[in-house]
Amino acid sequence: MAAVLETVEQVKLIDVDQYKYGFVTDIETDKAPKGLSEDIVRFISAKKNEPDWLLEWRLEAYRRWLTMVRPEWSKVQYPEIDYQELYYYSAPKSTPGPKSIDDVDPELLRVYEKLGIPLREQEILAGVQTSKIAVDAVFDSVSVVTTFKAELLKAGVIFCSISEAVKEHPELVRKYLGTVISSNDNYYATLNAAVFSDGSFVYIPKGVRCPMELSTYFRINEKNTGQFERTLIIAEAGSYVSYLEGCTAPQRDENQLHAACVELIVMDEAEIKYSTVQNWYPGDSEGKGGIYNFVTKRGDCRGRKSKISWTQVETGSAITWKYPSVVLRGDESQGEFYSIAISNGRQQVDSGTKMIHLGKNTTSRIISKGIAAGRSDNTYRGQVSAHRKATNARNFTNCDSLLIGDQCGAHTVPYMEAKTSSAMFEHEATTSKISEDQLFYCQARGLSAEEATAVIVNGFVKDVLQHLPMEFAVEAQKLIAISLEGSVG
Amino acid sequence: MNAIITPLKTAAELALIQQFIAQKAKLSGDAATHAMREDAFAAFQALGLPNKRVEHWHYTDLRKEMRFIQPLADLPTQAQIIEAKAALAHYEGVSLVLLNGAFVPELSNIADLPQGVIFTSMADVLGGSRPDLLQHLGALDVAKGDHALCLNAAFMRDGVVLELADNSQIDTPIALISLCSKGLNVSSSARSLVVVGAGAKLTVIEIHEGGAECDAQVNDAVEFVLGADSKVEHIVRQDMAKRTLYLATVTANLGPKAEFNSFALVQGGGFSRRQLYVQYSGEGAVAGLRGVTMLKGTQFADTTLIMDHAKANGISRELFKHVVDGDATGVYQGKVIVRQHAQKTDGGMKSNTLLLSDTATMNNKPELEIFADDVVCGHGATVGALDDELLFYLMARGLPKPEAERLMIQAFLGEAIEFVEHEPMRDALNAEVDAWLSER
Repeated sequence: MAAVLETVEQVKLIDVDQYKYGFVTDIETDKAPKGLSEDIVRFISAKKNEPDWLLEWRLEAYRRWLTMVRPEWSKVQYPEIDYQELYYYSAPKSTPGPKSIDDVDPELLRVYEKLGIPLREQEILAGVQTSKIAVDAVFDSVSVVTTFKAELLKAGVIFCSISEAVKEHPELVRKYLGTVISSNDNYYATLNAAVFSDGSFVYIPKGVRCPMELSTYFRINEKNTGQFERTLIIAEAGSYVSYLEGCTAPQRDENQLHAACVELIVMDEAEIKYSTVQNWYPGDSEGKGGIYNFVTKRGDCRGRKSKISWTQVETGSAITWKYPSVVLRGDESQGEFYSIAISNGRQQVDSGTKMIHLGKNTTSRIISKGIAAGRSDNTYRGQVSAHRKATNARNFTNCDSLLIGDQCGAHTVPYMEAKTSSAMFEHEATTSKISEDQLFYCQARGLSAEEATAVIVNGFVKDVLQHLPMEFAVEAQKLIAISLEGSVG
Repeated sequence: MNAIITPLKTAAELALIQQFIAQKAKLSGDAATHAMREDAFAAFQALGLPNKRVEHWHYTDLRKEMRFIQPLADLPTQAQIIEAKAALAHYEGVSLVLLNGAFVPELSNIADLPQGVIFTSMADVLGGSRPDLLQHLGALDVAKGDHALCLNAAFMRDGVVLELADNSQIDTPIALISLCSKGLNVSSSARSLVVVGAGAKLTVIEIHEGGAECDAQVNDAVEFVLGADSKVEHIVRQDMAKRTLYLATVTANLGPKAEFNSFALVQGGGFSRRQLYVQYSGEGAVAGLRGVTMLKGTQFADTTLIMDHAKANGISRELFKHVVDGDATGVYQGKVIVRQHAQKTDGGMKSNTLLLSDTATMNNKPELEIFADDVVCGHGATVGALDDELLFYLMARGLPKPEAERLMIQAFLGEAIEFVEHEPMRDALNAEVDAWLSER
């Protein structure tokens, strides 16, 4: 099929060495001493003037982490990480905390300019940038600036760095932090709980539809630094927010560690749409360097008719270990997961989702597309489970994989667990399949098989990309730079 | 979740170690066999009983389930043989009978074996009569290190060995019947081997029954070696008593263009697991694994398979249908591996489940592991209840509800049973489904 060939050719053209965000910025930093210990945890906490309860929470996580072993069940291989060789805190000296844009080091602003992230509100308002997005820019361990805070606050929306939220809204942070991903959830989440440095905090009050897209842009710059951010988003009853995150890092020979946690909490009839374009440095074509991306993302649909939608475009990282999940606790809640994961060079991806159906009449939908090229391995791993009381739980899962070249691997590992007869789970995974019915339908209307295929695939891919906010969809398309049409054909 | 677990041996694991040390000298076999037993047991000891942390046993916790170890079965007594004879009365055709893991010539009709089939007892092979056959045991790469197979190799006593000469076309099915005596609390490990020559054709029927009024522990294995262009149809009926802990492993090594079709009807055992390992050692081989599992009460049944496409142009098809009622739990784990050089592989896997009660559980894990780019592989899995609309349609046409349900379940299971080529057996399997449904 022509579409397949086209994709094959275009993916071949993408050379992993052509990572365009690989530049390093020379900026003076304030670092914690190297290594990990209780003192480092205290150091980070003190740097941020945190209350005692948060320090205790961190220390408890740290002590628990010491008793844990790293998970081995995923299809990724990497050497033992020496946690004492890393820096756990690094902040640009010139910008100790999030301030107004005028106080930010111009050098830092230039970094974000180079990355194409609009931070100057005036420019955006003056129409230099066409879209209006509020951005929280996280550089190594700290948030350097958050834009449009004032305007958002008018609508009652709190959007700031999590360190700031700890100071300004301690009651909200204390109430919700760690309630979705507990401080001892898994190896990397526990490490994150102990040493997390910054991240975003979003609170959407009751009945508010967030007036603009919110986004966070993560940049790892410093050498040998781990980035451990923690994001917490709370959508009160009847509210809506769309949140995007983007990530890049300089090209370095050593592997760098990124272990993040994202917690989403959604109340009655509220909705969070969370989109990610992950473009960490993937390492060179021989597998040297690159980011180890171990991320725990989980959303909790606490309210009735609540909804969480995860959309991800994963193209970077040497290793991706990431399973954005939804706990469907509220009756009639909905979970969605749309993913495009592309691996090339020596990248290893083990990603997917978990849909845990607990409430009645809950529905979930999983669409995953994996494209493996070069010498990479691309695994979809997803769990769908229905609890005994989750009557009428519905799930539909579709994962398609495309292999380009005979040196790579594409794997599918779905787990389906039904404990109630009224649950209806459907799963399909293919390397090449378009529903016969649809083909027949199109062909019966006069299209050739080729055209029919193109129409169906086009419609399907658009459906996935449509779940990304407009501005991101364009960026994602550019980033992928291949015709997705071929991945199904 | 990830806290360090100190590898303490469970009581059952310790009992197995003691049993092996105490019994190994008494177990049959020459030096080569004993070396094989020692290696297998050492491998098992390193692994321990499998639990949910072992990915291949993700839903089946044998360590938790196997709390004690039954003593090894002795050779059957005359009384047990007489009892078995009565149970066998309704079987017709050529049958080779194992009782509590030992081959019993007086229950079998070796003389009726068709021309071209050579029979040897596994005890003889283990004793050193045929080193060329012994080398086939546990030889399959994809099954190496399997917990159940290692345990079987350590304790295997006897079994049936069949050899089929090149180009022999055997139309008469040969039945391997494994029985367990009533009320006998023992463990048994039978190992059988079927070596099929190039271009030959054979139908093997496996029947597993018995073990009433006791807590028998059975760990059987059958290994198939298929020569080029050969064809084997393998049909299994597992109807062990409800308290039996039953493990069964089937391995198949497929030569070029060999065809292996295996079907299993599972309805017995309290806690059972069927493992299938198929390795494509030659190009263009075809395998079809299918099965029907019907569970009720508190039964637990696991079907786990690995298809290893190591050579190009292979075709594999899996179709498994589960009907789970009461508080029962079904497990299906299927893994299709396509190695780098296995281009043009065509793999299709399907698992469908009907949950008939609100307390029934089904766990599904259909995996694809693909390293070749020019392949067509897919899998589909569904879990659900009987379709209300179809039920309504049938009832609107005057069928009472139980009858309508029965018809739908029959049709659902029939989709898998119709792949059984041997007609009388297909009818017998359908009849068994009917009987199971009548008891519902």
